[in-house]
Amino acid sequence: MPQLLEPGTPAPDFTLHVTPDQKLSPSELRGRPVILAFYPADWSPVCGDQLALYNEVLPEFQKHKAELLGISVDGVWCHEAFAKDRHLHFPLLADFEPKGAVAKAYGAYRDGDGFCERALFVIDKTGKIFWSYCSPVSINPGADGILEALENLSKS
Amino acid sequence: MATLKVPVTSDDHIQGDEHAPIVLVEYGDYECPDCGRAYLIVKRVQKHFGKRLGFVFRNFPLSEIHPNAASAAEAAEFAGANGRFWEMHDGIFENQNALGLPLLLTLAEALGLSTTDLDSALTSHEYAPRVKSDFMGGARSGVNGTPTFFINGHRHAGTFEFDDLVAGIEARREQT
Repeated sequence: MPQLLEPGTPAPDFTLHVTPDQKLSPSELRGRPVILAFYPADWSPVCGDQLALYNEVLPEFQKHKAELLGISVDGVWCHEAFAKDRHLHFPLLADFEPKGAVAKAYGAYRDGDGFCERALFVIDKTGKIFWSYCSPVSINPGADGILEALENLSKS
Repeated sequence: MATLKVPVTSDDHIQGDEHAPIVLVEYGDYECPDCGRAYLIVKRVQKHFGKRLGFVFRNFPLSEIHPNAASAAEAAEFAGANGRFWEMHDGIFENQNALGLPLLLTLAEALGLSTTDLDSALTSHEYAPRVKSDFMGGARSGVNGTPTFFINGHRHAGTFEFDDLVAGIEARREQT
């Protein structure tokens, strides 16, 4: 298993497609916490559950002014169809070309499999990693770790 | 392992004693097919342990993928406020295939509850804060999907099949 970037590390910046004609960089979101949720693939059942859960917890993330970004190696059109089907209210980024480059920069890429780990990062408002967690690929990590990290972040 | 962050209290909907040696808490969604199956299994588990087990149901509706889940949860809470929670809870799961406003009104009527009051409670989302509060307590406790069970405050890691639930309960009892 690759080594996830640890808390205290500056979060590598990147620019990825969020829709077919729009790109997004986490640095555009400086000033508020960013949650990066790497996940293996659109449409796979566990992911569906994980993202469906985050979709429901979203208002709570927003209370902390946090921005949630989902990332997988799927392409923009796939993300668009998936987000529409599941009524997702947060952006999905396409780590598609070069494939998995962002996941690799965060230590969250599975080389043999060719997709992302199920890895979570909470980045503070200055762009530093505050918390990270890698879940076994078949296990939905839930939202408790993220909520706790956001609460600790508000206290610090 | 994840633990229950919101302790069981008398504010919960409970079948049996909240101080029973075993307290089983389910976070469920009325529109979730797995919860529909788990409903029948929980009945068997309750029968198996009898008075030694108290059972609590808390709401965890995934409303964006289950459009009728939140209204069903609110209707059950409405029934609960009128002392008929479990009848409504059971009625919804037993008719899960027909879930929707007409079913909720029919069930309310059969329980002798005012359908006008239910309709207005659903329109005003009177019970939405309670449902939301259940949901957030679950999310903080590591509920990652439905159904999720906690046995004496510890998340049950196995499946919700009868044998697995019983084994999980027995294992937890040996530790306490």
